[in-house]
Amino acid sequence: MTVSLVLIVLLMAGFAGWLIGQSIRVRPWVADTGATPPAPQTPPFVTAPRVGLAVFLAVVTSLFALAVSAFLMRRHIGADWQAVPVPALLWWNTGLLIAASVALQLAWRSTRQGRQAALRRRLALGGGLTLAFVIGQALAWQRLEAAGHPPAANPANAFFYLLTALHALHLLGGLVAWGRVLALAGRGISQPRLRQAVELCALYWHFLLLVWGGLFGVLLMS
Amino acid sequence: MHEREYEASPEAPPAETGEMELVHPRTFIGKYIWSQDAKVIAIQYAVTATAIGLVALVLSLLMRLQLGFPNSLSLIDPESYLQYVTMHGMIMVVYLLTAIFLGGFGNYLIPLMCGARDMAFPYLNMLSFWVYLASVLLLVAGFFVGDGSSGAGWTLYPPQAISQGTPGADGGIVLMLVSLAVFIIGFTMGGLNYVVTVLQGRTRGMTLMRLPLTVWGIFMATVMALLAFPALFVAVVMMLLDRLLGTSFFMPEMLGMGEEGSQRGGSPLLFQHLFWFFGHPEVYIVALPAFGIVSDLIATHARKNIFGYRMMVWAIIIIGALSFVVWAHHMYVSGMSPYFGFLFATTTLIVAVPTALKVYNWVLTLWRGDIHLTVPMLFAIGFLFTFVNGGLSGLFLGNVTVDVPLSDTYFVVGHFHMVMAVAPVLVIFGAIYHWYPKITGRMLDATLGKVHFWVTFLGTYAIYYPMHFLGLAGVPRRYYAYGETAFVPDSVQSLNAFITIAALVVAAAQLLFLFNLAWSLFRGREAGPNPWRATTLEWQTPHTPPRHGNFGDELPLVYRWPYDYSVPGVKDDYIPQNVPPQAVEREPAADRGRGGES
Ligand code: HEM
Ligand SMILES: [Cu+2]
Repeated sequence: MTVSLVLIVLLMAGFAGWLIGQSIRVRPWVADTGATPPAPQTPPFVTAPRVGLAVFLAVVTSLFALAVSAFLMRRHIGADWQAVPVPALLWWNTGLLIAASVALQLAWRSTRQGRQAALRRRLALGGGLTLAFVIGQALAWQRLEAAGHPPAANPANAFFYLLTALHALHLLGGLVAWGRVLALAGRGISQPRLRQAVELCALYWHFLLLVWGGLFGVLLMS
Repeated sequence: MHEREYEASPEAPPAETGEMELVHPRTFIGKYIWSQDAKVIAIQYAVTATAIGLVALVLSLLMRLQLGFPNSLSLIDPESYLQYVTMHGMIMVVYLLTAIFLGGFGNYLIPLMCGARDMAFPYLNMLSFWVYLASVLLLVAGFFVGDGSSGAGWTLYPPQAISQGTPGADGGIVLMLVSLAVFIIGFTMGGLNYVVTVLQGRTRGMTLMRLPLTVWGIFMATVMALLAFPALFVAVVMMLLDRLLGTSFFMPEMLGMGEEGSQRGGSPLLFQHLFWFFGHPEVYIVALPAFGIVSDLIATHARKNIFGYRMMVWAIIIIGALSFVVWAHHMYVSGMSPYFGFLFATTTLIVAVPTALKVYNWVLTLWRGDIHLTVPMLFAIGFLFTFVNGGLSGLFLGNVTVDVPLSDTYFVVGHFHMVMAVAPVLVIFGAIYHWYPKITGRMLDATLGKVHFWVTFLGTYAIYYPMHFLGLAGVPRRYYAYGETAFVPDSVQSLNAFITIAALVVAAAQLLFLFNLAWSLFRGREAGPNPWRATTLEWQTPHTPPRHGNFGDELPLVYRWPYDYSVPGVKDDYIPQNVPPQAVEREPAADRGRGGES
């Protein structure tokens, strides 16, 4: 549980730090004088969708941290742990996911430059590469099974399949959102909603790339 | 005052919620079924939670009948007793309390109290309810599949939960696990809304330090739930895989009927860690909204500002954070290292500090207040008593040496019902009496309410107080019958019969409450916009009940905190948050400045 605890402590510390900023030297019981009208609560770049994504990413972080914690904990209970040979295919897949992330980053940039055709190309590329990654993961599963490592054989295998599946499911969920963004991009580039949506997509992908990096590292280590 | 790095635009346009577009459907179905209005969603949540809660209540009565008058009802056999225990516990904790506090009160109160038109993501919010409903239906379906619902206890410990021989090991447990996973997904959708709305949706002038404590409690509980529920999610998915695919996350090597099972190498202890990493914060997920609501009930009905507002906010946050590092106090008897136990006993006792601080502040708020013994106030005071009682027995159980002999006895049942069943339920009742006038435009009948309060309050003491003695006598929990034991004296049986009768009386009182809810909807006294003369924004809406969009054409501007009650030198004994200083009517004689924090 150390991993989860450290992460939760970090999250909480950030949260508490921000709160201290909001509450220190504030005297809540003193009313406004009414001389100046009350100001808005947040600076304009802090938009609800951005905050929403940040909060959602915190939830996903907690989910993966706990899954990894469970994995690490189980590894230390008992000497019967038989590590899975990690298929080499995963390295190729990792490359695909990095490329997908880069493509979406470029797509984000083209919304800022107002380049409609480039945006659609890059978006499509990003989604395609992601799909390829997921298919690649499925192939890796197949190879593992064929090599005599089905999920039910021992806990190490089970964890391998669980962690990779959880990650792939998050990508698939992202692809649903991506599909909607792609449809939106078909309708012209000048919409502020589109810019926002592409941005959120790109950030989500970078985040899942990071998660994959962590998971892959942990799987390689064992 | 607090400076900000950006200026309000000089002409101060009416505060906007950004480009929020509300969906205004015209049809009945669009308005009340597929509604994206947080207030309607709140009621959908609350009604569903209450309905399933009543099922859990009936289950508890069936259990009580068996315990008080053994074998008087032929439909209860040992297996079904265990199924009732499990369903009762799970429903009450997750599907009733969590759903009603966050989905019900959260949805209704957060946008109104923050001065927002609606939640940040209304569509997601609507989805959240329907996913919740699906999870409830999945859970209920467990009653009807082959061997019935699971009988594993609400803690679902493996390997027993998914081993043959446990009631519901075939279908019931699968449905329960799926239902929990679905619940968590639905909750996450709602939870994102509650958090983002508090962070982003506040109207101008509503700084964080001017939020009513109700919002603080619900907000922090949601943050905790968003971080803790993933633990349950992971555990549930892993157990589901163990059950369906034969993996061995939690299943150790076992012999069943003399034959070796196929699973080996799993760790049941791993499940306990994951479960309680969720399970303990869950207690506070239920408690923090109750804390927040009770603070506002006390301040409003004692006409006094809350004592130590900032302390209260920080206590909520510290309790929330600490509750993530105490989970293993549920595992003292799991064979862990005594040093580990010592560590967790210490953290557990530390949580008592901010909690006690809150209790002191509530009492100090009441101290020399202008206490109106309205029905909401009665329930709030009832909560204080019950919570302190349950908290004190918690200090006993937090100590390893005391917990070990008391573990799995009725002492524990008495303790957790006091602190996490009765106490929050009293707050729910108080909150319903308090906000019903805003929700429906009519008052609940106060006489019926007082009868409801006294029977419930005294009745729950009659139920749970004796349980502590049963526990000390060694009566174990989750037992269908005690049979002949050397240590359980005969007098236990008469005490059990007494408890059962008390439980039946308390349950009957809830019928009175339901009747009051229905009757007052049509016949209750007209409430007017602000019957309690309260300061918070939900009472200042142009329409009662508030319409979709909450605040008419212009969002309210906020000039003060929510606890301006009995301000010296002011004519009324309350100043709503949206009243500008120039508009406050002062008393002609004494035009003194305002006092500080009392
Ligand atoms: C009139 C109200 C209630 C009555 C009469 C009642 C009665 C009972 C009984 C008889 C048991 C079984 C004890 C055993 O055999 O071990 C039980 C267990 C339990 N109850 Fe209640 N209860 C009530 C309300 C609540 C509420 C509101 C909650 C919400 C937190 C709650 C949570 C639980 C839990 C978590 C368990 C443990 C289940 C388990 O052992 O797996 N109860 N209750
Ligand atoms: Cu606990």
